[in-house]
Amino acid sequence: MTTLPTTRATRAPLVRPPLSPPSLARAASTIVWRNLLHIRRMPEMLLDVTVQSVMFVLLFAYVFGGAIAVAGSDYREFLLPGIMVQTMVFSSAVVATGLTNDLQKGIVDRFRSLPIPRSAVLVGRSISSLIHSSIGVAVMGLTGLLIGWRIRNGVVDGVLAFLLLLLFGFAVIWLGIWVGSIMRTVEAVQGFMFTVMFPLTFVANTFAPTESMPTWLRFVAEWNPISAVTQACRELWGNGLPAPADAAWPLQHAVPVSVGWSLLLTAVFAPLAVSAFRRRSRD
Amino acid sequence: MGGTAAVEAVDLVKHFGTNRAVDGVSFVVPEGTVLGLLGPNGAGKTTLVRMLTTLSVPTSGTGRVAGFDVVTQPNEVRRSMGLTGQAATVDEILTGAENLRLVGALYGLPRAYVRDATERLLDRFDLTDAADRMAKTYSGGMRRRLDLAVSLLAAPPILFLDEPTTGLDPKSRSGLWAVLRELVDEGTTLLLTTQYLEEADQLADEIVVVDKGKVIAAGTPTQLKDEAGRASVVITLTHARDLAAAADLVRAHSPEVHVDRTGRRVTARAGGLGDMTRIAAAFEASGIELDDLGLARPSLDDVFLHLTGHRAEDAEDTEEAEPGPITEGAAP
Ligand SMILES: Nc1ncnc2c1ncn2[C@@H]1O[C@H](COP(=O)(O)OP(=O)(O)O)[C@@H](O)[C@H]1O
Ligand SMILES: [Mg+2]
Repeated sequence: MTTLPTTRATRAPLVRPPLSPPSLARAASTIVWRNLLHIRRMPEMLLDVTVQSVMFVLLFAYVFGGAIAVAGSDYREFLLPGIMVQTMVFSSAVVATGLTNDLQKGIVDRFRSLPIPRSAVLVGRSISSLIHSSIGVAVMGLTGLLIGWRIRNGVVDGVLAFLLLLLFGFAVIWLGIWVGSIMRTVEAVQGFMFTVMFPLTFVANTFAPTESMPTWLRFVAEWNPISAVTQACRELWGNGLPAPADAAWPLQHAVPVSVGWSLLLTAVFAPLAVSAFRRRSRD
Repeated sequence: MGGTAAVEAVDLVKHFGTNRAVDGVSFVVPEGTVLGLLGPNGAGKTTLVRMLTTLSVPTSGTGRVAGFDVVTQPNEVRRSMGLTGQAATVDEILTGAENLRLVGALYGLPRAYVRDATERLLDRFDLTDAADRMAKTYSGGMRRRLDLAVSLLAAPPILFLDEPTTGLDPKSRSGLWAVLRELVDEGTTLLLTTQYLEEADQLADEIVVVDKGKVIAAGTPTQLKDEAGRASVVITLTHARDLAAAADLVRAHSPEVHVDRTGRRVTARAGGLGDMTRIAAAFEASGIELDDLGLARPSLDDVFLHLTGHRAEDAEDTEEAEPGPITEGAAP
């Protein structure tokens, strides 16, 4: 006898089957599946790396672009690598909001009550964020092709630049996990990321050459990791001249320096992120 | 059931800064039994459950689930238990069926089993029609049922439920109780927390009353009721203006009289039926109009008042506006 309105005779108790708790790879890919399902259900989640980035492209290519002089290249060619790096940087905001949301809604607790490897939640989150921003980069590439951007240096260099973008994206994801673990609400994360990410992506060579900036600002911009990665992509794709002789050292060696920045950022933020996440999910 | 301990708390302590949320709690839940952790908001129930389910690391003390230590053997503990937390932890963007599939995959359960169990659990919790709808379209009660279904997916031998019926309407509540009784009949060990005295009374074999992080009483529901003392006579008046006269009249027969102005009620400690008959006769003679007169056995509500000096409802920090506990009987 039960008061639940049940009709069918499916009341035989469930018999516990053998459990085979998943490996890190299986658990993480399950979580990736779940995160991607979110994107499919709510395509508007992609707005930040698609429509928003396309708007940046159009705004700079057609509104501001005419006023920005670029030596040795068409402005649109110059712009595209910058926007792609910006899109990658935004993946840190994507991972941060996703993580805060899961922490807030108790989803992380649900995962942690299951016999899965501890790191599966973060690994799954990072991978799906990389996929998220890669979708953005693909959209950027197509937009770029439409307005005249081309990869001019052959396949190997072309692919290398994309790998560099992914590596840098991986590095900033740790920043996102760190911020996402510290902040209590999605709104706080968005506010923080907006205030930090926008200046960071603008005080760089993303939208305009650094040569015309005041000396001190130029110094900051040229040491900004975003500039090195942007310069590296431009060089690898053949979208502009090498950095001028008076540019700071990182821009003179953009490709190796970008790799270095990515490793350094990972080395700094990954431990911070992991310990913040652990602390957050201990109480 | 052999009396083996399914869950054991040994002097568990959790401090948040200076807040002693859990301050040395010990209890044992024998296999196949139901333990009710009863306490008002902020008593430390959730913190206790979180420590026992590996979500929170104790400041000190030991927790064991199915014989495994919650700190040193978290994965064994996680394999042995299911948890339905205080707030529903379903993924709102996924459908009901997908929520089950997600957790099934994370347990590493065979696909065929997950398919079959999903169908049965959705049916058991009356969610079959909503199986393919995103959980964000579910009502609060449906989310809780889905959350419980998810916790039951791997047929865990030990189940933790943190305030499983808070916020449910009375019908859903009794429906959930029925399901929980079935689980117990099937041999599941249950540890549930509740603010509802009636719920602990209905479901638990053993009740542990916690307040401010400490155990203040433990025993079977009957033992706790005995502890609260004798019965009382409850008189409900037709007119509030008669309250003073009625109280005077009752005082002649009982040493302890309580007047409840809004309820137009007078309550008196009574020895039993004899006292009640005498008080009834006195009212008959006085001509004061009554709506009702009866004998009330102490409810767990009274137990709580007796133990803590405050009612379960007037806990200081009631964050959520939830329907108050349903208590039967005429306790003021
Ligand atoms: N994560 C936390 N950080 C700080 N204080 C907490 C935390 N969780 C609970 N508390 C505090 O611990 C005490 C017990 O809370 P809780 O276990 O949620 O009680 P209950 O579940 O019985 O309502 C409360 O004073 C609460 O404010
Ligand atoms: Mg609680």
